[in-house]
Amino acid sequence: MSESLISARGLTKKYGDFTAVNAIDFDVAKGESFGLLGPNGAGKSTTMRIIAATSQRTAGTISILGRDPEEHGPQIRAHLGVVPQQDNLDGELTVTENLFIYGRYFGLSKKFIRAKIEELLEFAQLEEKRNVKVDALSGGMKRRLTIARALVSEPDILMLDEPTTGLDPQARHILWDRLFRLKETGVTLVLTTHFMDEAEQLCDRLVVMDNGKIMAEGSPLELIKVYSTKEVLEVRFGSERNKEVAPILRGMCDRIEELPDRILMYVEDGEALLEEIIAKKLHPTTSLVRRSSLEDVFLRLTGRSLIE
Amino acid sequence: MNSGINVAKVRSIGAAYVAEARISQMMKWKGIIAIVAIGNPLFYLIAIGIGVGVLVNQNSGTSGTGGVEYITFIAPALLAAAALTGAMDEVMFPVLEGFKWRKLFFAMNSTPLTGTQIATGVFMAAMLRVAFTVFCYWALLVAFGVFSISQSWDVVPITMFAAGAFAAVILGITAKVTKEDFFMTILGRLVIMPMFLFSGTFFPLESMPTFLQPIGWVSPLWHATELGRHFSYGYSISGLMILFHFAYLSLLLIAGLLLANRAFTARLAK
Amino acid sequence: MSTAVEIADARANKFGHQLYAGRARAIVERSLLALRSSTWVPIATGFVEPVLYLLAFGYGMGELIGNVDFGGKTIDYTVFIAPGLLATSAMNGAIYDSTWNVFFKLNESKLYQGMLATPLGPLDVALGEITWALLRGLSYAMAFMAITAPLGLVPGVAAILAIPAAVFIAFGFASFGMAITSYFKTYQQMGMINIVLLPMFLFSGSLYPISVYPDWLEFLIKLMPSWHGIELVRDIWFSAFDNGTLIHVSYFCVMIVTGLYFTTRRLRNLFMR
Repeated sequence: MSESLISARGLTKKYGDFTAVNAIDFDVAKGESFGLLGPNGAGKSTTMRIIAATSQRTAGTISILGRDPEEHGPQIRAHLGVVPQQDNLDGELTVTENLFIYGRYFGLSKKFIRAKIEELLEFAQLEEKRNVKVDALSGGMKRRLTIARALVSEPDILMLDEPTTGLDPQARHILWDRLFRLKETGVTLVLTTHFMDEAEQLCDRLVVMDNGKIMAEGSPLELIKVYSTKEVLEVRFGSERNKEVAPILRGMCDRIEELPDRILMYVEDGEALLEEIIAKKLHPTTSLVRRSSLEDVFLRLTGRSLIE
Repeated sequence: MNSGINVAKVRSIGAAYVAEARISQMMKWKGIIAIVAIGNPLFYLIAIGIGVGVLVNQNSGTSGTGGVEYITFIAPALLAAAALTGAMDEVMFPVLEGFKWRKLFFAMNSTPLTGTQIATGVFMAAMLRVAFTVFCYWALLVAFGVFSISQSWDVVPITMFAAGAFAAVILGITAKVTKEDFFMTILGRLVIMPMFLFSGTFFPLESMPTFLQPIGWVSPLWHATELGRHFSYGYSISGLMILFHFAYLSLLLIAGLLLANRAFTARLAK
Repeated sequence: MSTAVEIADARANKFGHQLYAGRARAIVERSLLALRSSTWVPIATGFVEPVLYLLAFGYGMGELIGNVDFGGKTIDYTVFIAPGLLATSAMNGAIYDSTWNVFFKLNESKLYQGMLATPLGPLDVALGEITWALLRGLSYAMAFMAITAPLGLVPGVAAILAIPAAVFIAFGFASFGMAITSYFKTYQQMGMINIVLLPMFLFSGSLYPISVYPDWLEFLIKLMPSWHGIELVRDIWFSAFDNGTLIHVSYFCVMIVTGLYFTTRRLRNLFMR
């Protein structure tokens, strides 16, 4: 691994008796796009806040650009661009004023910021909205503005907490495109998400978190390889018959998962297995062969029950 | 399909359901409502009634206040001011919340409830709060010996009526508001504050410079105060004036409710 | 031209660099931008309040009250209340700016969260917000002076010192108000602030001398900051200094320091823990 920008060992955060982050280790390399995946309450946002030097750890060590956030909070924050889960744009100001004042918070000169604003407005596709108050922007525009705002200080690391939650597909794709371009310019991305497609699109490497612990680590492809099969066959026999058919199917592949409405079978070749099933005269009402996705990995590692 | 929803019933008493929802919201504030209902009159009476009263008495005795003690003079006015501002709070904030902040009215409107019923329900709940405020205030005035029960009981419904008239107007206007910061500032600073100060509340309207007196004439607080003074301690005004005060307040009440009805229906249909 | 990192690194070894980045002015700049775009109406209309009170109580009540004894002299009632109203409006303005305004930015718009994700520290935010409140109070005090002087309500040139005095007491209220607000979570708790303020201002002696009250009530009133604020401005207005003046000044010094201490501490705990 090349030079590591962020390095955590035994990182722990407790709120009273509750352990939000439980002794995790990870490294993020320069220029890498690193994802934290996990269900709600897994400890992703807490980890993000510790990296962003706005939350103090209970135990363990963390170094960001070689510095300890407890000693050098302001210096570390000067390297970061933060995009929080909920937009906290300044509702009393216009689009350009938001960008301008945020730069001033970093102490940047007015001249520098004014030039930067033009660049950022173009990047965020907000040139026509420059003098509009942010309350009048759509959700996607606000999100793009929040990202543009985080870039005003030319950060080395961009921290994104669930960047596309609540956006429509068009807005998500535009955002992914912008983030990908940033990555190409050498910005390190650290992001949390619970969208698997997003993780596959954006992350070079990711960790899956659950209950404050890291359950798995690797590139999206590696994770699929280790924790799932190449393909998945989904068959439905109607909720009555699923139960009686399941024991027969169980012998036909390595791993099988019975859900209330369907049965998932993890195999290397889904079509072949389906033919086998039909040959046994077990006619499923519907069937689907698909490639294994990160979602299968995620559900396997963090379970299917609702976490609330 | 029988889901147990009686649409006819919702149609007929829907406003009461809205009022019920409002009242349960108010209950979150019950501690504060109770403290305000008792504390407000207590503090004003001791501070202004006694504090300023001493100065007035030293200087001009009771000649400037029509022959009554200063505290007696301001009591009906303070009662009316508390009723009017209390009523305003209970319509203004729920309406801003309902249309703007939490958009509750749109949720209500997706049930069989109509805009008219929502407006009426909010108004009814506000009047209940006003009844509580006015009664507490009046009871305290009686306990202090400022008012006598037999002479002043009719001040309670009359003040409530005046507060209702004011609340109706605020209800109608607030339902049209989109820039609430602007609205609340203008209302508070440029309407409520002058109304409170220039409606003959602390001194007879006639002792103001003439150019300021028209503020009192259009102010519902002045009309409420004149009626309050007449019915609580026998301040003498002509029958014609009494009729005029009632007519003015009735006009506000009707106009306000009509406006509210139209504004609610229109905004919910948007 | 320095980059964000160079600017932050330059302070890395300064005392208290985690709390203060030396950029409270950026917060004031933000308020100026907001003034242009959004907040000019509430700010522009703010100065009318003391003027309305002066008209109503000066001219309306003046008829009923006539003259008042103050410090052994007999003065016109309107002259008596003018400094009280100046002080009251300075305190009220500071309280509004540091309570409801701060509550909103803290809990609804999450503005401070955004500021503290940058190299700014909690003390930058606290000082910046308070400075803005004071600039606003300063302009109101000057406007009030400009109205009262031609009306003959200002006894002498020395009374101009009442302007900095008004800003000084506003500082006390702003820093203390912000500290209290930062601990509050619900609108109901905020409602309690208004309830406490009502008696505090009614009894603080802006409209009448508190000597009309029994000793025990007078004693309680003299514990309250509003009384000290009004007395301080009134002492300066009439150039009637005594030991009391010094007590009033000390009272507000303590308020400013404790307010700033608790605000900074609380903001750090809220956003940096």
